Amino acid sequence: MSDATTHRSGIVLDQLSKSFGNVQAVSGVSLTIAPGEIVALLGPNGAGKTTTIDMILGLTRPDKGSVTLFGTTPAQAVLAGEVGGMLQTGSPPQYLNVRELITMVASLYPHALDVDEVLKMTGTTEIAKRSTVKLSGGQTQRVRFAVALVADPDLLVLDEPTAAIDVEGRRDFWNIMRSVAASGKTVLFATHYLEEADSYADRIVLMARGRVVADGPPTEIKAKVGGRVIRATLSDVTADELMTIPGVTKAERQGEGVTISCGDSASCDLVLRELLTRYPTARDLEVRGVGLEEAFLLLTADNDDGSGPVYGETNGRPDERELQ
Amino acid sequence: MKNLTYLKFEVLRTLRNRRFLIFALIFPLVLFFAIAGPNKSVIVEGIHFPLYYMTAMASWGAMTAMLSSGARIAAERQIGWTRQMKITPLSTRSYFSAKVLCGYMMAFFTIIALGIAGSILGVHLSVLEWLKLVALLVVGLIPFAVIGILLGHLMKVDSLGPALGGVTSLFALLGGSFGPIFQSGFMLKVVQDIPSYWLVKSSQSVLSPSGWPPAQMWIVIAVWTLAMSRVAVRVYRRDTARVS
Repeated sequence: MSDATTHRSGIVLDQLSKSFGNVQAVSGVSLTIAPGEIVALLGPNGAGKTTTIDMILGLTRPDKGSVTLFGTTPAQAVLAGEVGGMLQTGSPPQYLNVRELITMVASLYPHALDVDEVLKMTGTTEIAKRSTVKLSGGQTQRVRFAVALVADPDLLVLDEPTAAIDVEGRRDFWNIMRSVAASGKTVLFATHYLEEADSYADRIVLMARGRVVADGPPTEIKAKVGGRVIRATLSDVTADELMTIPGVTKAERQGEGVTISCGDSASCDLVLRELLTRYPTARDLEVRGVGLEEAFLLLTADNDDGSGPVYGETNGRPDERELQ
Repeated sequence: MKNLTYLKFEVLRTLRNRRFLIFALIFPLVLFFAIAGPNKSVIVEGIHFPLYYMTAMASWGAMTAMLSSGARIAAERQIGWTRQMKITPLSTRSYFSAKVLCGYMMAFFTIIALGIAGSILGVHLSVLEWLKLVALLVVGLIPFAVIGILLGHLMKVDSLGPALGGVTSLFALLGGSFGPIFQSGFMLKVVQDIPSYWLVKSSQSVLSPSGWPPAQMWIVIAVWTLAMSRVAVRVYRRDTARVS
């Protein structure tokens, strides 16, 4: 009867920590996810995303801290069929076709969805009679998604669900995921693609070195880690002069070349236009995103609450960065 | 029984794997006809050779069938399916039970096929004797169900083929599946402590004056089952607590 109140509590991670030998995989992660939220766990490899997810699913026991799913333990939530998961590994077993596999998994749950409906939702109706070992990468992911979905879970946990598929398959996958999530499910997915997190999540939790380093709406997180860098060959202009271009957060000179840091791609476009207007002799232009990994390292080395800007030349030390 | 659908698909998957069908069923059957056929009137250990060899080949095939469940567990561990099953309401116990039941189902096919083959070569047993023989084989296979689960957690898929072949052959050889190897002495005492010896011995037990095997059989089976279970539990815990 306390369904409404317990469900309102959603997912609560409290000071979650886990180490493997000398490696502190996750340290002191606290997080609250409201029911119906779509949250991306974004971070480079080794950030602790998978370990966090394994603890949420009850596959790994935390050294310290606790996980609460809809007011109960992960084990109880799993038993009640409230959780659907797509693990990083978990290929469908052989000697079954797709429909048989989904039917088999559905039989394990107290309130499973209709198998045909799940096949339709995940776009696997056409391959329903195909053997599980004769699927393409994208098809396999969709079948695995169907496995996670057939429970009709309140919480869907997807650990890098698009890691093994091509760009087109990736888009298909997320479109399906979004239509499923529209029915009010809570979704937590791990990714190391900023674009995926930005396009498909309501909220991004940024992880690095086992900690949450930022947490907020995609626009906010994108501003933090989506910085871009312009490189050009350009003589006779000082770094200070370049800093006067609106939108430039940092400028450096190395011999003939200059490196200019700017915000997201929109503001970088403006900087680029202004740069070419002012200095038509600029050549060898190159614009690239600051890698997530580099951005994360800056964020974690920074050790502040993430309120400061993190743009900067990629190999610059954090303490050399100029603040806006 | 909510898990009947799950069990049905596990059975289906087992039947669709032709490789084990060949090793657990076809091999013993062919060997039986090839070797027992020309030796129908030979007496071994006090019984007719076809009866001895029928039980011996049924034991060998049934052991292979039971241990093959280990291969399925290892394969599912390797592709990460075991972990996927852990985030469903399916209990670990049900997962293993389904595997063991499938192993027994295959073992039954082998036992029945060899029973029919034996009858063709003139093996005569009363209905009660047949039933007792099957019952003794079923009980005698319990340690092999546990060993299957143990190997499934101990081995990787690529090393499992040779490991299963080796383990099965060793048990079959020492147990006397290819003919009694020790008639007396210290080594006989050693092989009598191995569960496969009593599988092969089942037909003699049924035809013995008491109609039942000696107490030693029950002790050997109980001790092996308990010991292997303890090792299997330890290996299972180590495996599930692994660095992921």
